[in-house]
Amino acid sequence: MTEILYGVFVGPFRDMAGSPAFLVEVLLGGVATGLMYSLVALGFVLIFKASGVFNFAQGVMVLFAALTLVGLMERGVPVAVALVMTMAVMVGLAFLIERVVLRPLVNQEAIILFMATIGLNFFLEGFGEMVWGANVKKLDVGIPDRSFIVAGVQINQLEMSAAATAAVLVAILAVFFQRTRIGRALRAVADDHEAALSIGIPLKTIWLIVWSVAGLVAIVAGIMWGAKSGVQFSLSLVALKALPVLILGGFTSVPGAIVGGLIVGVGEKLGEVYWGPLVGGAIENWFAYVIALVFLLFRPQGLFGERIIERV
Amino acid sequence: MIYREAGQYWLQAVLIPFLIYSMAAIGLNLLTGYAGQLSLGTGGFMAVGGYAAFKLTTAFPWLNIVVVFALAGVIAALVGLVFGVPSLRIKGFYLAVATLAAQFFLIWLFNKVAWFTNYASSGTITAPPRTVAGVMVTGPLATAGARYVAALGLVMLGALVAKNLVRGRIGRSWMAIRDRDIAAEIIGVRPLRTKLLAFGISSFYCGVAGAEYVFLYLGSAETLAFDIGLSFLVLFMVIIGGLGSILGSFLGAAFIVLVPIFLTNVPHMLHLPLPVALQKQIELMVFGGLIIFFLIVEPHGLARLWQIAKEKLRLWPFPH
Repeated sequence: MTEILYGVFVGPFRDMAGSPAFLVEVLLGGVATGLMYSLVALGFVLIFKASGVFNFAQGVMVLFAALTLVGLMERGVPVAVALVMTMAVMVGLAFLIERVVLRPLVNQEAIILFMATIGLNFFLEGFGEMVWGANVKKLDVGIPDRSFIVAGVQINQLEMSAAATAAVLVAILAVFFQRTRIGRALRAVADDHEAALSIGIPLKTIWLIVWSVAGLVAIVAGIMWGAKSGVQFSLSLVALKALPVLILGGFTSVPGAIVGGLIVGVGEKLGEVYWGPLVGGAIENWFAYVIALVFLLFRPQGLFGERIIERV
Repeated sequence: MIYREAGQYWLQAVLIPFLIYSMAAIGLNLLTGYAGQLSLGTGGFMAVGGYAAFKLTTAFPWLNIVVVFALAGVIAALVGLVFGVPSLRIKGFYLAVATLAAQFFLIWLFNKVAWFTNYASSGTITAPPRTVAGVMVTGPLATAGARYVAALGLVMLGALVAKNLVRGRIGRSWMAIRDRDIAAEIIGVRPLRTKLLAFGISSFYCGVAGAEYVFLYLGSAETLAFDIGLSFLVLFMVIIGGLGSILGSFLGAAFIVLVPIFLTNVPHMLHLPLPVALQKQIELMVFGGLIIFFLIVEPHGLARLWQIAKEKLRLWPFPH
């Protein structure tokens, strides 16, 4: 019994204090993974904010974007052209989704829309693999995956680039939401569909824009994940990891997605490295969900989410 | 002889999985269709049933296998209650995430703890031979016919109980919670009891289905058989068949079992052989597309279509 208590409450912290450089490495690894989760979660938040749709297919959109990019590059298209073409494909996809899935389901309950995006998830998965093949592909966008050592701490260049990209993307999105005309319209739609419609904001256009932006964010996430672990089916499982991130951060908050991602990334890395061996390891698969679950019990709206007020 | 072979194929590849999936779909339909609590953890709860039945029947070989199935269901129900507790604070897709936690945690647990597989080095659980009234129903020697009858009996009983549950006080309180939970609370439906009951009973059905899945269908299984894909598969059955319909659970299960068989055989008959990978991808697209189609065109699923067809037929050609 004392052994277990020691293993849970004392041992890990002694290990941490014992080699601070290693702790910093673990933390950095967690931050990098966390930001990658955030990139996926951002796509969710954008769509949820503007249309109240919880887009389960965001992860497959990431996979689909990466598959399209790699597929084009494999056929000898230069990187820049392939990127532009992928963007066009994602915007086209957004258009189709709005037309075929969302418009007929206007005014349905949120849970129905959610299930529709699960259908979309499966459809896109099958479609992407049918068009581009199901084998694991290597995505090389010119960021070398090597490590260097600063002050005794190993730093991975790829992970740092991903972190920087995420930061830039969030900054751009923040400016877009706060400063531009379209951004203001998006916030208006998020607040109240009907009121926004009544003052002449075109709802359909706004949805198209939001899904397109989410598609572009998916490309960025797809490139980062693809460069890290290859473009393969398991990318879409990352999407499931973005769910606890969303719960921690709140469904409607862009900064929340970032902070939530960091908490989940760092939390699961620390858990895996320091507490994982106690229970036989591989706890990364479910640890994030448990963090989110515990968190939910105390703060159902997330860290930055708007307070949930219910009326009959 | 050929006829016999074909019969075996139908029993093993179509009818037995259909009955077992129907059981699981009834379970999920009670929770999602009637009580309105979306769950993505069906595979995890089915795994609890499968592993519980395995542990029980290897620990107490003299225990009747039907009793073992029921006890496995009870254990799954208890686990379901534990993971249903968050439903008191959260709902909708928040709850879906909580049930995902159940899915991943349970599968991890069965993978990691060797006790659940009786320390089998392969990590698989195998159904030992057991008889009911002198007829072998599980294990390698059980005929497909015997396993079919066992599955049929269990699902008939399950459907009968479920049908009566949803007509009675419990079912009505579930639907009240589903339709407008706060209003239901105000008129005196206790959300705590109602939601937990939904989780418990739903997990009982899923647990029994999981036990059948291992014992009557697969024969031996590892955790991979119960992964998140199974959860989605059962959810699809419920959506396509019809949310909030017991009949729909059967129709949805039949549909999901038949589509892959259809996709395998039709190109074959047309002399257009499809590669296996392509077939799998088309299957995904068909499932996904149908989900969207059904949600848009007929959110009440095949069950409602059946009802409409019945009414049409009553006007013509069978008026009464």
